[in-house]
Amino acid sequence: MSSEVLARREAVRSDRRARYERMVEIRALEDKVRGLFAEGLVHGTTHTCQGQEAVAVGVAAALRPSDAVCCTYRGHGHAMALGLTPLQVCGEIMGRTVGSIGGVGGSMHLCDMSVGLLPTFAIVGAGVPVAAGAALTAQVRGTDDVAVALFGDGAANIGAFHEGINLAAIWNLPAVFICENNQYGEYSPIATTTPIANIADRAGGYGIPGEVVDGQDADLVFAAVESAAARARSGDGPSLLEMKTYRYAGHSRSDTAPYRPEGEFEEWYQRDPINSFGARLVAEGLLTEGDIDEIAVSTAARVDAAVEECAAAAAPGVASMFENVLV
Amino acid sequence: MARMRMNQAIAAAIADEMRANPDVVVFGEDVAVAEGPFKTSAGLLAEFGPLRVRDTPIAEMGFMGAAVGAAATGLRPVTEIMFVEFLGVALDQLVTEAAKFNYLSGGTVTVPMVMRASVGAGLGFGCQHSQVMESWMVGSPGLKIVMVSGPHNAYGLTRAAIRDDNPVAVLEPRALYATRGEVTVGVEGIIPLGRAARPASGDDITLVCGGSTVRTCLAASGDADGWTADVIDLQTLQPWDAETVLNSVRRTGRLATVEECPYSGGWGADIVSTVVAEAFGDLQAPPIRLTAPDVHVPFGKELEQRYLPSAEYVATQVGELLATGEAPAHWWERDGALV
Repeated sequence: MSSEVLARREAVRSDRRARYERMVEIRALEDKVRGLFAEGLVHGTTHTCQGQEAVAVGVAAALRPSDAVCCTYRGHGHAMALGLTPLQVCGEIMGRTVGSIGGVGGSMHLCDMSVGLLPTFAIVGAGVPVAAGAALTAQVRGTDDVAVALFGDGAANIGAFHEGINLAAIWNLPAVFICENNQYGEYSPIATTTPIANIADRAGGYGIPGEVVDGQDADLVFAAVESAAARARSGDGPSLLEMKTYRYAGHSRSDTAPYRPEGEFEEWYQRDPINSFGARLVAEGLLTEGDIDEIAVSTAARVDAAVEECAAAAAPGVASMFENVLV
Repeated sequence: MARMRMNQAIAAAIADEMRANPDVVVFGEDVAVAEGPFKTSAGLLAEFGPLRVRDTPIAEMGFMGAAVGAAATGLRPVTEIMFVEFLGVALDQLVTEAAKFNYLSGGTVTVPMVMRASVGAGLGFGCQHSQVMESWMVGSPGLKIVMVSGPHNAYGLTRAAIRDDNPVAVLEPRALYATRGEVTVGVEGIIPLGRAARPASGDDITLVCGGSTVRTCLAASGDADGWTADVIDLQTLQPWDAETVLNSVRRTGRLATVEECPYSGGWGADIVSTVVAEAFGDLQAPPIRLTAPDVHVPFGKELEQRYLPSAEYVATQVGELLATGEAPAHWWERDGALV
């Protein structure tokens, strides 16, 4: 499994066509997952990331597998961009032994240390100081790895955000803090919870660089993260990047997002990260229209097969409940 | 063997582990330059330097989270929560992140971090700086909890906690930092987690204690008239050493837990329930719990001492239990107690 995961990661790192394909794969699985929950085939809840795929692949492309990533519960896309397979992700969502941690975690809890993905965080903001700590390891050991925290706009108002970034700043840690501003903290529009337009402006309060990035453009995300990571690797300290993006679905499984103003989704969809990146690759001659169609069909088939394999896979047995509690 | 104060024993334990393993790092509020408000990190910055020994902002959530991240990626951080009450703002990182990472990684991530905290009453710090707060952590699977009771086991248990691959909370009674005692230093002084000690042995009752109440029990049993006690210092509260406790109770036939925490929700309730279930037939009297009352820790010196279970109180309660075979009333329930 680990070699496949690393190969998938390497593809995203080295090949923009692979980034496009991965975005298509993420969208396909997320759509499928919402369907599974809607049909009642999966227990619990889920948080999908349709509309935010460019952030996921741009970040994963810019980082190394040895870099540490602290990601949120809206993490299926990030996990797949980092290299996890649809089987690992869907298996975890469906609670099957083929899941990334054997099916004991569920939708919010993915992990694969072979590509640096720490256990994903289901507590808003909790990953921010943890990323500072992972960056401390790199600093103490003298490696040039970086640690990245991915968090939503809602997390910018919890204490862990402030404490984690402040600590990274005073210790000059090799960390990159990436806010995925998808415009809503759970059900609340950002303007009702946050008194400034750009969360990146808060970087000034910590004396570190802050940058607003178009999170719908995988190339721009990649460039911004690569630059911030290079700065961190060279000992110049942490940065705060704000990816402006949009959550196509509601907060979680049960949320149909009735609070969203009319026309808002349509406006964002005009700049859909997958459509626009595909068009760019076609314009550049890296893909043809035929490739676009073929990728859509073959990816859907691959994701469907993974979902079927998960459905047929075993659920973890009772003994799993008693494993990995204490080392 | 070396004679030292408990705070010196803690600093010595950390220093010995830092010498043995370059992955051990120390951070917390004023632990580096000032060497800790209780001087539990004396000498560490001078010997190990600012890369490994760091002062943090007054931001427990932040530095506890950093400890989780550092531990999950290869270091062995030792953090200090100056007063255990400050853990309130950082509890998520300890019980919801650190304690669950091994499980939520399919066993691939360990979090070998130590959270040291000063605990307990007796120094006149008022009710927000005098609690013990084990109850915030007991019942959190994936977390070990240690209670030190003096220089000797403070050294040995701290070293074991740093070596442990699980997150470990080490609770240090503040009132004991200046206490002197003989300490077995070096690797032979390391005390395994999960095992109780028996600082005194006797036949009539088992006194189960931990942290500050060990001295209380030793004083009570040492001066006892007509009875002797098996004093069991749990040392590790989670997981606690049921075998040692049960073997003792099977022999003495009686049990009292002596706890600094308030009565409701105290750890002794777990001990009692296990003993009743496992050794019911061996009991000659109802198990009793000697605790603080369900109130805030009072500030005034006399009231604060009244709040804490004293050696005299232990002697009185045990004497009544032995004489009557029935559980005596708590002091605060007795006629005239609140006048």
